[in-house]
Amino acid sequence: MPRVVVDVMPKPEILDPQGKAVLGALPRLGFSGVTEVRQGKRFELEVAHVDDAVLAEVEKMAETLLSNPVIEDYRVRVES
Amino acid sequence: MRVGVVTFPGSLDDVDARRAVRLGDHEAVALWHGEHDLRGVDAVILPGGFSYGDYLRCGAISRFSPVMTEVIAAAERGMPVLGICNGFQILCESHLLPGALIRNDHRHFVCRDQRLRIESTDTPWTRAYAPGQEITVVLKNGEGGYVADEATLDRLEGEGQVVARYLELNPNGSMRDIAGVRNARGNVVGLMPHPEHSVEELTGSGTDGLGFFTGLAGWVGVAEAVLS
Repeated sequence: MPRVVVDVMPKPEILDPQGKAVLGALPRLGFSGVTEVRQGKRFELEVAHVDDAVLAEVEKMAETLLSNPVIEDYRVRVES
Repeated sequence: MRVGVVTFPGSLDDVDARRAVRLGDHEAVALWHGEHDLRGVDAVILPGGFSYGDYLRCGAISRFSPVMTEVIAAAERGMPVLGICNGFQILCESHLLPGALIRNDHRHFVCRDQRLRIESTDTPWTRAYAPGQEITVVLKNGEGGYVADEATLDRLEGEGQVVARYLELNPNGSMRDIAGVRNARGNVVGLMPHPEHSVEELTGSGTDGLGFFTGLAGWVGVAEAVLS
């Protein structure tokens, strides 16, 4: 069964308080060298088959429900 | 007037909102998220809380609930709609209002009596106030940071669509201190603070919020005057 993955990330210009919280926690745990953290979401959609029509549908899902285009960007890709 | 208050799974402030409606001398009508039915109400309030557990994004699932199909259609016909806190988030997700609400910049839940300035009184919900009037109402939110792109913010300010602004302290990182906005027509208002919690002397921060619920009757007159 093929899998379509939708990655949703906060737009670069939108503040990401969760990413900032993670960034703040890393040095407290002894991890160094990380200068920036952005936190997003990953959706894994199992589909019966993949073709252009299915991917167009997933684009629509990503735009209407999975992401809020006002504050987030999304990327659709097929995972084999 | 008959004012509907929607209850979603996870709504918290629906009962307070209905009480505020009654104190504003209107009839409160309970509406249910799962029904395609506004029960003939003249206005709708989307209350605060954590509808659908804030899953996915605040308001993202609620926006597609059966009752919201009716609310969106009614709002587009000009029905007064007020979204408070989670209700504001739902209105943004529904694209009835521009922008979005993100987690507070300081990452803490905030609960305080908040000073506000009412900047737009051309709405059914704020017409009881004087332009520029300063009020204090309860504020409580975890994801109350209002964001929009610069062009949208400029347009909102230019067109007088900023309904309320935070004074003295910006409690959540909202851009340009925006606490509430309205649509171009003025019938749809979203507000992060909670006027429905500030309607009785007995329970806290005074009665400055009552105006949101008393002004409605006059608005119907305005709407009828426009139609006739």
